[in-house]
Amino acid sequence: MLSRVAERLYWMARYIERAENAARMVTAFNHLALDMPRSVRLSWRGMVSITGNESIYEKNYRKYDERNVVKFLLADGDNPGSILNALRAARENVRTTRDLVPSEVWETVNELYHYADSAVDTGLSKRGRYQYLVKVISHCQQLTGMLAGTMSHDAAYDFIRAGRNLERADMTTRLLDVGAMGLLSNDPQDEAAMAQFESLLWVNILKSLSAFQMYRQHVRRRVNGEDVLKFIFQDREFPRAVAHALGEVEISLTNLPRNEIALRLAIQVRRHVMEANVDKLLEADELHRFIDQLQQEMNELHDMIADTWFSLDRAV
Amino acid sequence: MTIDWKSYDPAGFYDELIAAPGQAREAALTLTNYLRSLSDEELHERKAAAEHAIVEMGITFTVYTEGGNIDRAWPFDIIPRIIPRSEWARVEAGLAQRLTALNLFINDLYNEQRIVKDKVFPKSVLAKSKNFREQCIGIQPTHGVWAHICGSDLVRDADGTFYVLEDNLRVPSGVSYMLENRQVTKRVFPELFENYSIRPVDEYPSLLFDMLAALSPRPMDYPQVVVLTPGIYNSAYFEHAYLAQRMGAELVEGADLVVSDDDCVYMRTVAGLERVDVIYRRIDDLFLDPEAFNPDSMLGVKGLMRAWRKGNVALVNAPGAGVADDKVVYAFVPKMIRYYLDQDPIIPNVPTHLCMNPKEREYVLANLEHLVVKPANESGGYGMIVGPHATRKQRQEFAELIRKDPRNYIAQPTLKLSTSPTLCDGHLEPRHLDLRPFILQGVRTDVTAGGLTRVALRKGSLVVNSSQGGGSKDTWIVDTE
Repeated sequence: MLSRVAERLYWMARYIERAENAARMVTAFNHLALDMPRSVRLSWRGMVSITGNESIYEKNYRKYDERNVVKFLLADGDNPGSILNALRAARENVRTTRDLVPSEVWETVNELYHYADSAVDTGLSKRGRYQYLVKVISHCQQLTGMLAGTMSHDAAYDFIRAGRNLERADMTTRLLDVGAMGLLSNDPQDEAAMAQFESLLWVNILKSLSAFQMYRQHVRRRVNGEDVLKFIFQDREFPRAVAHALGEVEISLTNLPRNEIALRLAIQVRRHVMEANVDKLLEADELHRFIDQLQQEMNELHDMIADTWFSLDRAV
Repeated sequence: MTIDWKSYDPAGFYDELIAAPGQAREAALTLTNYLRSLSDEELHERKAAAEHAIVEMGITFTVYTEGGNIDRAWPFDIIPRIIPRSEWARVEAGLAQRLTALNLFINDLYNEQRIVKDKVFPKSVLAKSKNFREQCIGIQPTHGVWAHICGSDLVRDADGTFYVLEDNLRVPSGVSYMLENRQVTKRVFPELFENYSIRPVDEYPSLLFDMLAALSPRPMDYPQVVVLTPGIYNSAYFEHAYLAQRMGAELVEGADLVVSDDDCVYMRTVAGLERVDVIYRRIDDLFLDPEAFNPDSMLGVKGLMRAWRKGNVALVNAPGAGVADDKVVYAFVPKMIRYYLDQDPIIPNVPTHLCMNPKEREYVLANLEHLVVKPANESGGYGMIVGPHATRKQRQEFAELIRKDPRNYIAQPTLKLSTSPTLCDGHLEPRHLDLRPFILQGVRTDVTAGGLTRVALRKGSLVVNSSQGGGSKDTWIVDTE
């Protein structure tokens, strides 16, 4: 397959996954906001930091409040990670690889984009938000299912799977990072106020990853930080766990030609996750430092994939 | 209120479905009765369903504007146009005959030039041809075919006779819309397909692929066939992707291809370089190869002409085929058919005045208000004037253009283009239309069953181009026996 096409498929998958994750995150925070007592204020800024786009946010908005943050995450034209922008980019990538993806995938992504665009006011309103986000999530899942179920699992599909899972692993670490910022705070006053909601927050992190139910089935203890980190980082079976997602990247790369260097790197990153000492991570700065490093390694993996298969000069 | 066919009046034009108020043509009877049985609401629902299907299927075309390119939903009228199969058989034969003669002509021009030596085709016309490519002289492509894919525009006059208006031999487009129109109609009027026997159109991509694959320079089971597109900003990008998908061929851009030292064409894949055998190119000649033509072209592939001349890759249509896609050359097609095939043309040309001949030019200049004048090498309805609809000032300006460059202009009488019932604001009204069938020529010749019907949606308008307010209809070739 063409290098250019491989790149577009890879990004298509990343953008679909990004839109779905953004929608999950907003849904989870939305629930949490309703559960929190008035005295404890939810940090809306946290959601923007997850996406790493604070500087863009601060250019367009003066304060971090629900209305602005939700608008930024759903529909802001300047935010490359907004749901609408991610869906637009996914659609553009499908449009330019229409010859390769099953035609119902094009129809679905097209319909999804049109829906997300035309119903965006519903999504911004408090009342319609849940329904809007659920629809975005279920359509993204429909796309993932369609690709898995109607496309030959050849090289084209391997690039899609690699893109989806790298994006997923990346987003999972981001969610943990921000969630943990609140939980592992050093400020004693803050700590006191947060203590009673600690379990609630960990539950929220699990929920934002759709991991709560599976966590419950596999970890039969009261929700606590150590178990959650172990589950989210190292579980081999849960699809949104970092280790599992990186494992999927690894399998995808196994089938591709000229894969030696990229594959070696993928194996390395996953081993790094599996060997992490989770007890130690519960100390405040440790988790952040670990996640930072992990994200950097995943960026390197992405660059290696791009360099090996997408660069036009490499093929000559 | 439901449709009242008695109040539908074609007003002196030939109408595709209605012979006279209240009287449907034989092949259209089932359709007109069915439409009459629908309430206004039902008809409206069908129209809405079609519009929804078009958005959902992502059938678009691109319009160039100053503010950038806009992707618009394809304008479609749900009422099909019907042509009886017996009548179509003659058109099919006529189109095959025409393309056969055109290919003999092109091959002759780039080789012996017999037709020029025999003074059937004037040397002066050839000398001033914009699309004659010296780089192609002496080439003999497989089967002697240069234009493998042709889209000829047909119109009917007041008495119902089909005429060929022009032949598009460069990179004719529209066939994907013909295929999609049928898909939409099947969704909107499934019950009609039970009561009619309509010739399917779906085999086109397979026929296209077979024709392309047969041109492979390497004898093998699985030749590498690719569709070369200028990219997503091209107005026909939708079609390029569509055809590549239906054929299971790679859709490539110039940057994906490279001509190596062995003068073979390769594409850049994730596994390295892979040899390409056949290129269905949707890029104009002049942008194909910066080495041979326009050196500034970013769309093409350096060395492509070299590879083609050596016979290492097939280019479809062949470079230089556009020499016959010229409205002056068009006027000579009936003579070509007699010269090469010793046959009478089955489908006539629209009578055409060549402004390069002094006598005809005088006639054209004196009768501008009755004529349609077109430049020889434009498409898309640009740069032409419809005399009866133009102002005196516009006609004067055009007269000046003709005097300056007579070789570049032809004139034709304003035809009384046929009409067909079209849904306008909830009512059926006659609207003018044309028809673009597609002809494939390789070892054998295939003509699409029908083609792309384009309809002028504005009342009285004769301009059917989608870029200028035109729409389209599904076209049915039906058995009447």
